[in-house]
Amino acid sequence: MQDEPTPIELLDAVITYLRDELMPELSGRSAFLTRVSANACDIVRRHLENAAGYDAAEMARLTALLKTTGTLEELNRELCTRIEQGAMTLDTPGLTDHLWATTIEKVSVDQPQYAPYRRALKTFQAKNS
Amino acid sequence: MNEQVTVVRDDFSTHLEATIKRAVPGATGIAHLRRLSGGASQETWSFEAVGRGFTRKLILRRAPGGDRVHDRAVGLEKEAALIGLARAAGVPEPEVVHVLEPGDGVGRGFVVAFLEGETLGRKIVRDDIFAEARKTLAHRCGEVMAKIHHLPLSSLPPLRTATAEERLNELHQNYKMAGTPRPVFALAFEWLRTRLPKAPVPPKLVHGDFRNGNLIIGPEGLRAVLDWELAHLGDPIEDLGWICIAPWRFSGEGPAGGFGTREQLVAGYEAGGGGKVDMEHLKWWEVLGSLSWGVSCGAMFLSFRSGVDRTIERAMIARRASENEIDLLHLLAPRG
Repeated sequence: MQDEPTPIELLDAVITYLRDELMPELSGRSAFLTRVSANACDIVRRHLENAAGYDAAEMARLTALLKTTGTLEELNRELCTRIEQGAMTLDTPGLTDHLWATTIEKVSVDQPQYAPYRRALKTFQAKNS
Repeated sequence: MNEQVTVVRDDFSTHLEATIKRAVPGATGIAHLRRLSGGASQETWSFEAVGRGFTRKLILRRAPGGDRVHDRAVGLEKEAALIGLARAAGVPEPEVVHVLEPGDGVGRGFVVAFLEGETLGRKIVRDDIFAEARKTLAHRCGEVMAKIHHLPLSSLPPLRTATAEERLNELHQNYKMAGTPRPVFALAFEWLRTRLPKAPVPPKLVHGDFRNGNLIIGPEGLRAVLDWELAHLGDPIEDLGWICIAPWRFSGEGPAGGFGTREQLVAGYEAGGGGKVDMEHLKWWEVLGSLSWGVSCGAMFLSFRSGVDRTIERAMIARRASENEIDLLHLLAPRG
């Protein structure tokens, strides 16, 4: 068992330092790159918290959709092949549901403030409530 | 504008000063030379030509380090020629004051008049002082595109031709090279392939990067269209599709640049003599444009992982491909 603070707690401390202490001291390119670095830490934080669950859900959907097993990369490659061969299309039951779900999960880690993501999220939450 | 205040006194500024003394009647020197930020593929410098009783604000566009030019770029001399031709045809463009020659010793590039105005997309879609301009801006962009597409091919410098099919194939190669399987991209490629515009499109001059972020805007409207680096011959509807893609909306209202509707853009294009626009044809180019942005984000990953560019900036752009996947799904499989 590793000692604490947890990775997420450590990251939070780094993010707070970068945003609240370092950034106000800087200007121009250094300030910009410091903001980008804090944003990158935010992605790492969301990735650590959510990616394992999202990957498991994606794996379950892909296995059901393709009726085959493999690693996530193998299954995604197989899905691409079927789409490229025209064997799976926009009309294939479950395909666009899977793509929407996977994409929403990815953007929720990468860029949760992105307006088209927030718009999509609203639609999905309305549907599921 | 975000400016880096670097005053340079070296061979470059000495040669530029000598060039301006030759090129601008009455100029006895230059002042306030500084590099403006932005534009990784070209350098932009602002300065003033000064003489007895006059100052003239100018902009130098130059190949990075003097002479490196991007693969798909038209080259700075042709870019200057296109700006001049477009301006003569009524497209809002700065006056070209001088095209650099080898004897100038400043590298490759050109000098244009400085135009006052806003170029930051975020401000253009949001700030109150542009509220009036926004009402007609999409229509005006359509009109201006029509003027560009009307330039007679015989008047143009030699340019590469890129048809819809060639653009699609090139993009697909770049996607395959990046290596990551992306089912949303695969779906978009398939959608584009099965809907390739069938009738041959007579090639026109395509600006290639006509979008919010490359426009100079004042409170009254459009003052200039910048950055002709990606100009080529091809299907003119490419320009209409490109200005509509999500990355250039800056969270503004409306698909056209974040400031207008597709209908306003198309109405302006038709009013400007661009001809009838088929909305499905426009959508084809919007999907291709959107996908090409996503494929570029993916390519950023390749250059990061291979060690060509290990910066945090590059790494973070690679993580933006997923944004593009959500844009594509909104286009291809809309929900709600």
